[in-house]
Amino acid sequence: MSEIDLETARKVAHLSRIAVEDDKLPALAQDLSRILTFMEQLNEVDVDGVEPMTSVTPMRLKRRQDGVTDGDMQAKILSNAPDAREGFFAVPKVVE
Amino acid sequence: MSDLNKLTIAEARDGLRAGDFTSVDLTEACLGAIAGAEKLNAFVHHTPDLALERAKAADARIAAGDAPAMCGVPVGIKDLFCTQGVASQAASHILNGFRPEYESTVSAQLRDAGAVMLGKLNMDEFAMGSSNETSVYGNAVNPWKVDERELTPGGSSGGSAAAVAADLCLAATGTDTGGSIRQPAAFTGTVGIKPTYGRCSRWGIVAFASSLDQAGPMTKTVRDAAIMLQAMCGHDPKDSTSADLPVPDFEAMLSGDIRGQKIGIPREYRMEGMPAEIEKLWSQGAYMLRDAGAEIVDISLPHTKYALPAYYVIAPAEASSNLARYDGVRYGHRAKLAAGDGITQMYEKTRAEGFGPEVQRRVMIGTYVLSAGFYDAYYNRARRVRSLIKRDFDQVFADGVDAILTPATPSAAFGLGEMANADPVQMYLNDVFTVTVNLAGLPGISVPAGLDAQGLPLGLQLIGRPWEEGDLLKTAHVLETAAGFVSKPQKWW
Repeated sequence: MSEIDLETARKVAHLSRIAVEDDKLPALAQDLSRILTFMEQLNEVDVDGVEPMTSVTPMRLKRRQDGVTDGDMQAKILSNAPDAREGFFAVPKVVE
Repeated sequence: MSDLNKLTIAEARDGLRAGDFTSVDLTEACLGAIAGAEKLNAFVHHTPDLALERAKAADARIAAGDAPAMCGVPVGIKDLFCTQGVASQAASHILNGFRPEYESTVSAQLRDAGAVMLGKLNMDEFAMGSSNETSVYGNAVNPWKVDERELTPGGSSGGSAAAVAADLCLAATGTDTGGSIRQPAAFTGTVGIKPTYGRCSRWGIVAFASSLDQAGPMTKTVRDAAIMLQAMCGHDPKDSTSADLPVPDFEAMLSGDIRGQKIGIPREYRMEGMPAEIEKLWSQGAYMLRDAGAEIVDISLPHTKYALPAYYVIAPAEASSNLARYDGVRYGHRAKLAAGDGITQMYEKTRAEGFGPEVQRRVMIGTYVLSAGFYDAYYNRARRVRSLIKRDFDQVFADGVDAILTPATPSAAFGLGEMANADPVQMYLNDVFTVTVNLAGLPGISVPAGLDAQGLPLGLQLIGRPWEEGDLLKTAHVLETAAGFVSKPQKWW
């Protein structure tokens, strides 16, 4: 039985960069606990000597020429930005 | 000619080539049906002008002679596919206003084959859900109805399923990460195939869980699924996991002859508390295939029970990483900031406002299972279990089984809102029969096979060997023919 306490819930929310109000933390902690408890069934499985899956079909990733294939489309890239200025994405001040 | 929107792709193709009607006629019939079906909330972005323009171009191409099968066929596109210049927001508030500058490979292939896009279809937010109730657009509604309740069309491709079942389009695209094509197909009496992982390019499809996501067609018949799948799949250098394999003529493989095929019935899919009707339908399906000359064998897939918990570690883990890109900087929604807010507050407020509760939950679960100290205990363990689940299937196929028959869903469509107060895990159980197929990367198809006592459609699922979609479609076609499912929802909307 997994128990996620309020501090852990707060930490996970912060790591996820999702603002969660203090009064919503208990419900979140409870939801996360339930889901993690469900996942703990996996502890019943004997996985000794089993490699974690990295690719579901046995395929070698293809290689390609290391060359420039695309580019020169600044306006298109910025066209959906909530705030674009002078050819850049604009964000709040990052460095004091 | 009336009711052109009720045609199948195959009928439309043949009629277009024979000159019985035009793509503009077909498209207008669909646009009319869509306009009269607002209650279903299936189409969420309408592109009638673009559709008519493409229909005219398709008519010119058909007149010129060498048009491919999909040419002139009106389809709906799930909102998860990026479509150039047309809103594409994965049913999420966080992609509000996003109009991609590019077209997903799959929708581009359909467009280039002459298919006519009617608009974008409702879905669960970021494809996370099994009932289409997590959408920012509101619920899509199942055209099937047996009492005063409105029923879910399933999810996440709920809008696609509702639109096809209600004859708003001839077919639609869907995507399937844990059952999101097959479960809604089963809930709406339509056909949905998830091809082998790597068959369809994922480029330009908003990513949920990259090692599980696959696009596929949702259609009225198995033949249509074969025709449309062929147009959707193929190698794409822009998706490094897309398979560089030839695409066979799937429709030509629908020979109707499955004599000598070995069909496995996995004992672990006989779930505790499974409704008797589903159990009965499943055995009827096996009888039908045996009647057609297949050999039915009992098989075992011992790790089935662990597929759902493994999925609900792996999929959120990948989602937490994929959805990190929604940061309010490059596209979509950005929260209004208070004086003195820095970039961290911008991220946190934007994501809190932009993501709905289920998406937030999964991003946080994924973050937790990937965080230091838990990575091995959850994520690596789940990936080991995934290897075992795939090994179960490998073993069965190595023993000569050609396809596996299972129910598609543990129940018929349920009422919208009925699961509102349930534990999130209860909703996840909808995927119990479909999720193994994604974990093992296999092709799976849901075929409508009967009605339950209330009169709601039920589906059976066939699972095939990797890359053997042609064979799988052939078996599905035999099952479809034998089941003779012809019921349609009565129009109430």
